[in-house]
Amino acid sequence: MGAERSYSPLAQAARSALAGCDKVPGSRKPDPMLVADGVRREFGGIVAVDVEHIEVQRGSITALIGPNGAGKTTLFNLLSGFDTPSTGTWSFDGRNMAKVASHKTAALGMVRTFQLTKSLTKLTVIENMRLGATGQRGEKWWNGLFSATWKKQEAEITARAETLLERFKLSHMRDEFAGALSGGQRKLLEMARALMTDPTLVMLDEPMAGVNPALKQSLNDHIRGLRDEGMTVLFVEHDMDMVHDVSDWVIVMAEGRVIAEGTPDDISKNPAVIDAYLGAHQGRSLMEEGA
Amino acid sequence: MDWSLIFENTLKGFIGINAVYFAIAALGLNVQFGYTGLLNFGQAGFMACGAYGLGMTAQYFEISMWWGIPLGIVFSVGLGLLMGIPTLRLRADYLAIVTIAAAEIIRLVVRSVRFKHYFGGSDGINNFSQSFRDLGNKVGIDEATRYGFSPFRFTGRELWTLIIGWLLVALLGFFVYKLMKSPWGRVLKAIREDEDAVRSLGKNVYSYKMQSLILGGILGTISGMIFALDRAAVQPDNYSRDVTFYILTALVLGGVARVSGSIVGPMIFWGIFTFLDNFMREVADDPIRIGNFQVMDSTDVGPLNFILIGLTLILLMVFRPQGVFGDRKEMAFDGR
Repeated sequence: MGAERSYSPLAQAARSALAGCDKVPGSRKPDPMLVADGVRREFGGIVAVDVEHIEVQRGSITALIGPNGAGKTTLFNLLSGFDTPSTGTWSFDGRNMAKVASHKTAALGMVRTFQLTKSLTKLTVIENMRLGATGQRGEKWWNGLFSATWKKQEAEITARAETLLERFKLSHMRDEFAGALSGGQRKLLEMARALMTDPTLVMLDEPMAGVNPALKQSLNDHIRGLRDEGMTVLFVEHDMDMVHDVSDWVIVMAEGRVIAEGTPDDISKNPAVIDAYLGAHQGRSLMEEGA
Repeated sequence: MDWSLIFENTLKGFIGINAVYFAIAALGLNVQFGYTGLLNFGQAGFMACGAYGLGMTAQYFEISMWWGIPLGIVFSVGLGLLMGIPTLRLRADYLAIVTIAAAEIIRLVVRSVRFKHYFGGSDGINNFSQSFRDLGNKVGIDEATRYGFSPFRFTGRELWTLIIGWLLVALLGFFVYKLMKSPWGRVLKAIREDEDAVRSLGKNVYSYKMQSLILGGILGTISGMIFALDRAAVQPDNYSRDVTFYILTALVLGGVARVSGSIVGPMIFWGIFTFLDNFMREVADDPIRIGNFQVMDSTDVGPLNFILIGLTLILLMVFRPQGVFGDRKEMAFDGR
């Protein structure tokens, strides 16, 4: 599938860099954007995530997959600063993120979306977009009163928002409440809004959940578009077709650990992954198991 | 039945000082609840901050009353921080519990015998407002003269407070309107919808919630000052829970997340309240009886009025949840 597709030079560089990496859990990448070490999160007595080492290659699309309860979303929350691990360190673009508050990550260039879309339903689509811009002067209350201090910046933000809405084919909904959008359009809006922060790393939590097949294709194209512009994408997904179609590298989790890493083609043949998804005893009848 | 009296009193209720101080407090609640989604059930506590800020200038500090304005604002900022720091990181319900408790603590402290020296105990404070009256006389609105024409007839004393009050309503209403149209207001509205989404976009949600709580609290404080100046007295029991809930009722009546709603809501609230009160008093002038059973006399009017206000709120929630000024379309997106 990927063979006939043309890649931007940046994407091509990332793909060839990844091709030379070891296909083992915790493999080292030539130019990692996001690195986590010994990250462990416990809820009471249950260990939700226990990852020794992972790296995400700059400029690539990395998929994080695994069966339900594998700890993907928990790891996602940890890496984006929305949750704090019990132990471990992680860094983004060389900066240690352990002490960085979750609201500061966006200014550093890391932005995330959510599994259940969080479009702000009682704000219009354009207001949703404007909200995404960082460093707005008018977001200080003392400036808020004096529109002269932020009108110009607001116009720039609006122009940028309109370009993005155009790209995500949401322009016709500009002045509608976000609550009036369909599920798939909300996913698009959330992605577009995240891009308003000018990120270098985009983290998408199940971008395909609840999206109809026609829209899935265009979402895929959008995700590839992000990479081709030089952004790094990390996403959690269940939809294996989509993972195979869009990702450059796949990290597989099961029971809180990373059990495999590799290119999509390697992963789909990896016996450990098949076991994790379908159970180790597949192919044998229950009678043979002898209880 | 004296219809002209009922009519006159109703009109006065509509634009009277009660509507004024309700409107300012409702603006504050609107910032917190309507725009940011913070459940502040202790607006009466913030109002007490303002009233006692003014009152304490005479009772304890023995300085000019005008110092009471910054003093009250300092009190309310302190109260906002005190309530906000532990609760704003938690779910909305915790703030509701803490605010209702804090307002009651304030009321019980200021009416206690132990602190009578500072707050005047349950007698309150009533010798502080002369500078405000003097200013009114100086600008030419004489306290004792009657102004206006029927049905708008006020004493100079009432008129002066009303003018200042409505000017403040207009000014503060404009202030809130401008803020909510700004990017700052946009962040608040977004927090009301989903604070995690806002955090992921790089906004310090905690700080914004604190700003909203304090701004709404300061508006409550100003409301408390107007109330105290009108009565020329500070009474601890004027700042009990029910005040907060009446103001909330008036706000919902007008429509939340609308500046016009928080101004017109209180006007309608007091218009209906005064009308019912006057009307029922006329009706129950002679006790109403069915046979030997006395259904109602004039002492029942007060409680019945509150029952009817409660009924109004219920009917409103069922048939027009968006209030007078709300947008039905907007309400429809509540289920997330």
